[in-house]
Amino acid sequence: MEPLSGLEIVARILQQLLPVWVALVLTFGLSIRFKRRLGLYGKLFDSNVGMIGFGIVMFWLFTALFADLIITHDPLGQVSRMRNKFPGEPLPRPDDLYAYYLLGGDSLARDVFSRVVMGAREVLRIAPFAAMISFMIGITLGLPAGYFSGKLDTGLTFLANLVLAFPVILLFFLLVAPEIQNTLIPVSMAGILFLVPILFVTVLLNSRFYTQPSKRNLYVGVVLAVGAWAYIGLVFDADPTGIWSMSPNLLNVFVAVVFVNAPTVFRIVRGITLDIKTRDYVAAAQTRGEGAWYIMLWEILPNARGPLIVDFCLRIGYTTILLGTLGFFGLGVSPESPDWGSTINAGRRLLTIYPHPALVPALSLMSLVLGLNLLADGLREESLKD
Amino acid sequence: MLLFLLRRIGLMIITALCLTLVVFYLTNLPAKLETLAKTQAGSRMTDAEVDNWLDRNGYNAPVLVRYGEWLGVIPGWTRSTEDGTVTGRCVGFADDNPEAAGDRCGLLQGQWGFSTRFSNDVSDVLSARLGATGLLMLWVLIVMVPMALLLGILAGMREGSRTDRSLSTVAIVTTATPEYVSGVVFIALLASSGIGLSPFLVNLGVIEGPVLFQGNARSALESITFSNFTLPVMTVALYGMGYIARITRASMTEVMTQQYIRTARLKGVSFGKIVVKHALRNALIAPFTVIMLQIPWLLNGVVISEVLFSYPGFGWTLYEAAVNNDIELLLASSVVAVVVVLITQLISDIGYVYLNPRIRIS
Repeated sequence: MEPLSGLEIVARILQQLLPVWVALVLTFGLSIRFKRRLGLYGKLFDSNVGMIGFGIVMFWLFTALFADLIITHDPLGQVSRMRNKFPGEPLPRPDDLYAYYLLGGDSLARDVFSRVVMGAREVLRIAPFAAMISFMIGITLGLPAGYFSGKLDTGLTFLANLVLAFPVILLFFLLVAPEIQNTLIPVSMAGILFLVPILFVTVLLNSRFYTQPSKRNLYVGVVLAVGAWAYIGLVFDADPTGIWSMSPNLLNVFVAVVFVNAPTVFRIVRGITLDIKTRDYVAAAQTRGEGAWYIMLWEILPNARGPLIVDFCLRIGYTTILLGTLGFFGLGVSPESPDWGSTINAGRRLLTIYPHPALVPALSLMSLVLGLNLLADGLREESLKD
Repeated sequence: MLLFLLRRIGLMIITALCLTLVVFYLTNLPAKLETLAKTQAGSRMTDAEVDNWLDRNGYNAPVLVRYGEWLGVIPGWTRSTEDGTVTGRCVGFADDNPEAAGDRCGLLQGQWGFSTRFSNDVSDVLSARLGATGLLMLWVLIVMVPMALLLGILAGMREGSRTDRSLSTVAIVTTATPEYVSGVVFIALLASSGIGLSPFLVNLGVIEGPVLFQGNARSALESITFSNFTLPVMTVALYGMGYIARITRASMTEVMTQQYIRTARLKGVSFGKIVVKHALRNALIAPFTVIMLQIPWLLNGVVISEVLFSYPGFGWTLYEAAVNNDIELLLASSVVAVVVVLITQLISDIGYVYLNPRIRIS
């Protein structure tokens, strides 16, 4: 068989991505139809930049979701004589496999297209989740630091600056290593880091509903039960049902990424809190006799949401970059893993002869981060308008 | 001002001590020491032999004591064997002079240790590498700062104009391109003899050699040329550029809405003059601090770029030390990195106060 031409490759990739297009059209159609009723999310569709960014992000999100339908080959499977083949190369004996390597083969004769699609799933499984945990930690520590000031603030700020003074790359070299995984450090750090989100949600609900004990007990009870379940599964990898689990490798990466991100979020939240706590509505709540945590979580935090949502988008992008960096240095991921960073790393050795195995994941990573940055920009513009 | 400086420096020293302690602890974990013993004295050692080796080489003391020894505030360890030879931390440093045993020898005395990866004194290795990286950083700053400022000022001059929109998009794209992506794209496009731009240019007869730029910067150690240094510099500069440009743009747009700019316009001053004479100084305060704070972030890029282009500088050394479990070298590199970060923070604070007359520290 002849290799595919450029146009044919594009056509086949577009065809392969059909579920993504359907989902994208549905999302955009519904969102634009009802945009007046959807608050900030709906307003996003008034700005071109935001819409483009949202489109790119959703493209990758759907790609990750439907990855099983999209891939043409097993991302780990090797087909003989397909090593380093250029895009569009037909398989020598396809049998019941897809007849072409759409984006060529890598140095181990695996399909680049399928690996990139699966890599999207790897990245999007960790990055948003890590950004979320970083945010909860940053908020839980930043609110009291800004609100109470004093010694607490000094101490926490010093700690945050301490972590921030660490060059990120050095922290990764030190923290994400096989020797570290065998010690108690990642587990104990995860033990502390994962405790904070549970505390956050518990305090959030408790401060809101403590005047209605029956409701409060129900909500807090549910949160604590689910939290404890997830906690045991994630930190100790001991969830009996196996829904929450993280390999030691992944836990190590996760902890390192959260540890790098949380201090920055802390600084942002602290700064906003310092600004907002002088407002009249905070004084009003204080006069009403509301508790400190109620004021922080239900008066200050909702009013700080604009900059926080924007930063959240940026932070997912930054986390993606960090994960790529880890993969690029071969830290904390299995060599088989199709994540973008390690694929780039594997492809860079033969870069000047066979660029496609490294170029495809590199451009994918860039487009995802670009989408998130554009989305953040659009959100910032729209949230400034009101 | 003096008091402020003293306080900042005091805080800096405490931070440096805390950070080096953390680094020391993490590089001296039992598992890492075991690896060290096995690479130094044979990989088939039993656990007892490893223990024995660690004890003989002074690795069995508590972490804090060894940290003190390494820092040079606690006298180094000494051991004397049955036949009377004295060994010790400081004996090795003082050309095997047994009398030196029991002295203090550490960072404060200028003893940085021995690199197992490069079989040389850490201080020699690092000083050579730092020079190479300094050169890279210099070029990165020369390329990055003017381009970023220009981008930001042009975009921020007229907020919302078409120039602003397109330049802002450029800035966003560069912030979305981490070094390992831009490096890979650059090499594929510009440094490959089979694909990208180079074969095309060779056909046209524009360039002599097989490629436009070289994908390997090792030759830049002897002589820096346009061909071997452009790509590493651009790789590092591109990612940082967008961020500085965006800060500059934000600060510029804010300044351009100020009353005194309007006054100047009403007086009939030309637009170019307003930008250069009235707006620039105030608009450059924020970017200055950001540029200083960007230097530690550049370290990331420097490591990636040096590894990608095999340019043997500080970042490459850090990577080699980490990969090869070269404890002393990794420790020393960390100290350098941390000190660079803290000093740039200090300079940025001082510069901020100096540039912004509204802030007075008394």
